Amino acid sequence: MNSFKALIAASTVLGTVGLAQATDLEVTHWWTSGGEAAAVAELAKAFDATGNKWIDGAIAGGGNTARPVFISRITGGDPMGATQFNHGRQAEELVQAGLMRDFTELAEKEGWKNFIRPVSLLDGCTVDGKVYCVPINIHSWQWLWLSHKAFADAGVPVPKNWDEFVAAAPALEKAGKIPLAMGGQAWQRTGAFNVLIPAIAGKETYLKVYQDKDEAAAAGPEIAKVFKAADDARRMAAKSNVQDWNQATNLVITGQAGGQIMGDWAQGEFQVAGQVAGKDYSCLPGLGVNELISVGGDAFYFPKLKDPDKTAAQEVLASVMLSPETQVAFNLKKGSVPVRGDVDLNAANDCMKKGLEILAKGNTMPDPPRLNTEDTNNQLNDLFVEFFATPSMTPEEAQKRYAEIIANAD
Amino acid sequence: MADAVLKSRLAAGVEPYGPKPRPVLSRRNIVVYGTLLLFSAYYLLPLYVMIVTSLKGMPEIRLGNVFAPPVEITFEPWVKAWATACTGLNCDGLSRGFWNSVRITIPSVVISILIASVNGYALANWRFKGANVFFTILIVGAFIPYQVMIYPVVIILREMGVYGTLTGLVIVHTIFGMPINTLLFRNYFASVPEELFKAARVDGAGFWAIYFRIMLPMSLPIFVVSMIIQVTGIWNDFLFGVVYTRPETYPMTVQLNNIVNSVQGVKEYNVNMAATLLTGLVPLVIYFISGKLFVRGIAAGAVKG
Amino acid sequence: MANEAPGRPNSLFRNLNAKIASIPMIFTALVVFVGGTVWTVVYSFTNSRLLPRLQFVGLDQYDRLWATPRWIASIQNLLIYGSLSLVFSLTIGFLLAALLDQKIRFENTFRTIILYPFALSFIVTGLVWQWLLNPDFGVQHFVRSLGWESFTFNPLYNQSIVIYGILIAGLWQGTGLVMCLMLAGLRGIDEDIWKAARVDGIPMWKTYLFIVIPMMRPVFVTTLVIIASGIVRVYDLVVAQTSGGPGHASEVPAKYVYDYMFSAQNLGQGFAASTMMLLTVMIVVVPWAYLEFGGRNKRG
Repeated sequence: MNSFKALIAASTVLGTVGLAQATDLEVTHWWTSGGEAAAVAELAKAFDATGNKWIDGAIAGGGNTARPVFISRITGGDPMGATQFNHGRQAEELVQAGLMRDFTELAEKEGWKNFIRPVSLLDGCTVDGKVYCVPINIHSWQWLWLSHKAFADAGVPVPKNWDEFVAAAPALEKAGKIPLAMGGQAWQRTGAFNVLIPAIAGKETYLKVYQDKDEAAAAGPEIAKVFKAADDARRMAAKSNVQDWNQATNLVITGQAGGQIMGDWAQGEFQVAGQVAGKDYSCLPGLGVNELISVGGDAFYFPKLKDPDKTAAQEVLASVMLSPETQVAFNLKKGSVPVRGDVDLNAANDCMKKGLEILAKGNTMPDPPRLNTEDTNNQLNDLFVEFFATPSMTPEEAQKRYAEIIANAD
Repeated sequence: MADAVLKSRLAAGVEPYGPKPRPVLSRRNIVVYGTLLLFSAYYLLPLYVMIVTSLKGMPEIRLGNVFAPPVEITFEPWVKAWATACTGLNCDGLSRGFWNSVRITIPSVVISILIASVNGYALANWRFKGANVFFTILIVGAFIPYQVMIYPVVIILREMGVYGTLTGLVIVHTIFGMPINTLLFRNYFASVPEELFKAARVDGAGFWAIYFRIMLPMSLPIFVVSMIIQVTGIWNDFLFGVVYTRPETYPMTVQLNNIVNSVQGVKEYNVNMAATLLTGLVPLVIYFISGKLFVRGIAAGAVKG
Repeated sequence: MANEAPGRPNSLFRNLNAKIASIPMIFTALVVFVGGTVWTVVYSFTNSRLLPRLQFVGLDQYDRLWATPRWIASIQNLLIYGSLSLVFSLTIGFLLAALLDQKIRFENTFRTIILYPFALSFIVTGLVWQWLLNPDFGVQHFVRSLGWESFTFNPLYNQSIVIYGILIAGLWQGTGLVMCLMLAGLRGIDEDIWKAARVDGIPMWKTYLFIVIPMMRPVFVTTLVIIASGIVRVYDLVVAQTSGGPGHASEVPAKYVYDYMFSAQNLGQGFAASTMMLLTVMIVVVPWAYLEFGGRNKRG
């Protein structure tokens, strides 16, 4: 009996010394599509390999459905082990309220600063000099996807930039094509406009408006040009009767639409449909005008927990998420770019490689979620969803409201 | 020939003359059954489309006609919706949430109905001072959008120490089902003859004795109504289920949402429709079984007030 | 029993058991509904963002609210949707109930057909109708494929009629319950009244309008509470069917509240909007509810 007890005691000691104790850690996120789920599975696999267990808490319907749940859980005193947010200002207040865990120590120990690229990504996780989240991928918005079939049917060459695309619109229309596919959801409208800003007005204006909240710039002639372009886009997208972004992408894939302005995640759709970049479709970063991409993406935050085992497991998860192997495996599935500059991405396809090149050149800027509060983004959504659906709303009128929103933003 | 005459008369709105034969095709019958059939088409069309679509393969759906019956019947979408559709990493379809939904629905329905019936009874038969003020508040509360109450309720549950538990969710369903059910029970008990109640009081029966021995046994119909409304509401609830519990206890609707709202390459309409029908099956079955009692119950509960 | 004691020394103990039994109701009314409302109103005067915090900014949130085109559009849409929904639910519900009350055959079948959509959630309703009204798959496509090429029925993608597209779905889901309530009401009418009306030679429609409907007042009250509270809260249906589009043509107040509270993470703005909703509801409902349930303690 005594020896039996001793044996148990010994094995417990050994257990704690050898491996961190197996702990269940609940991770919540809103990645539920095929590719996204496959990417999450890579994270879970890597975490489970450390002897812990990933409990998946996926909620579909995007951030707007999932975020209230996450926030209620955290403020209701029943937090999960880790949770997804877009990095930037979404979780700012949870951090300020002291509900989130500070990872500065781990970040310094592992030298996150040295390998996370661009460094500005880590800034998005930093509040008052402390690191509160783990960036996991980079997505960029500034892509124009063009269907070769649509242009062949219309008898015009595939455009090389936005202006050529606008010029080709009448020919596409004559051939019974929708020139520009655009989903009806608000974020897609705003997203397209925000892509037009750096392409038409340049990076400086973009930063003036969104970073400095410069009202004069927002009301100025450069942005007026952007609104003119948005007016073109509105006309070209008038017949696009779809809601979801991937339904719009599907119009491009099947050649019913000429093109679509959408982030790099659209690439996954072309891949699934068996299309080849350069042959069946083209991708133009920065709309082929200004090869500039914004850097944004997803990050994981870790609420403060009482259970010491789970707290230890959080640390393990954070470091697993940033390990080179996980980064490659996850991002190849997700169609995004790793946050590490030191990993090899031979498996990347042409469009992703274009993106990597631009990243390497440093032609980047922070994306709107990192510069604006969600409140401002929502007001922009309200404006653009109205603008794109209401042909009678003039660009001047819309710009006036746009400038007001920027003036009131913080 | 005679037919044509009849038709022209019908069109002109002329009453048929002669002795009243009450033919099947009387004008009244045509109007009554015609209108009912027309409306039935409106009510049945979506169900038809859901069923037909759920039995088609994706290539057939892409051909476009939603009203066409399936050329090749396949049950794969049903199997997928029930057993293999993925939510994040968990690929076990709706089956995962089914028992959770049952576990949430049964206690929530039972407790919310019991409390509402006692409320209705106290309001209708005992009328203590201020009771009607509370009742008025309750009725106004029925108009508050649920979303507005999310945060206050989070705080209340947190302070009660039941946030994230099944108990907490049962409390939430009881609270939000209270206005309409209390109204139904109040109206029902008010229609019980006052003499019955007075006789019981004279016999010395108290509050609970009258409730259990007299009121409860005679209120089956209104319990059925209340049960139908609550089962439907709670079974179909997504918002409370997802906000006030944790993943292990998510109801079926969360999985339905995950299946239907997942942005995938192509929307799998057939799986979506099968999942929708599967989720709606429990309330539907209850309706088909208890439809008759439903009307009778309402007749008893809502008519007199 | 204490409550029957002569002299009634302490009114607090009168009907003690009834009061104890009503504790859950009192708790719900005071803590959840009143408490939650007061909390919401207080925080609507703050600049709370993601988390509630007490930094008061006066009426700023309200100024912004009423300067927001989307909010104005939401209210207009709700007014149109609400009045149409109320009128059509009651008319169709009553009409169907009256038809079912004609001692017809297959009453059970018809009643089940009309009622079953109520068993389905708004999300499901919205999805199905979104599909049926989709011009590329649904009704329009079908009629065109029959040969009527110019046929256009595209409510969900047309700003000026999108609200009717939502109405079609809302009525589909909700009229069954109204019909049942009305049918129950009709069944509660004494057979003798019909006989008397027939003897007096009063036409059927007059009997319904001037005799039967006034007798069904309590049914109408219950129905009105159910329909009206559903209208004010309409949210899921719109989200599932149109997400508020095209433009703001099908936005509703409850969606504005939800979007600003959770998606925009601007609780103050969401609370200001919900306070306006509550205020409107209270202006309409409180006097009515007081007259209906508070003033006279009628029985039987």
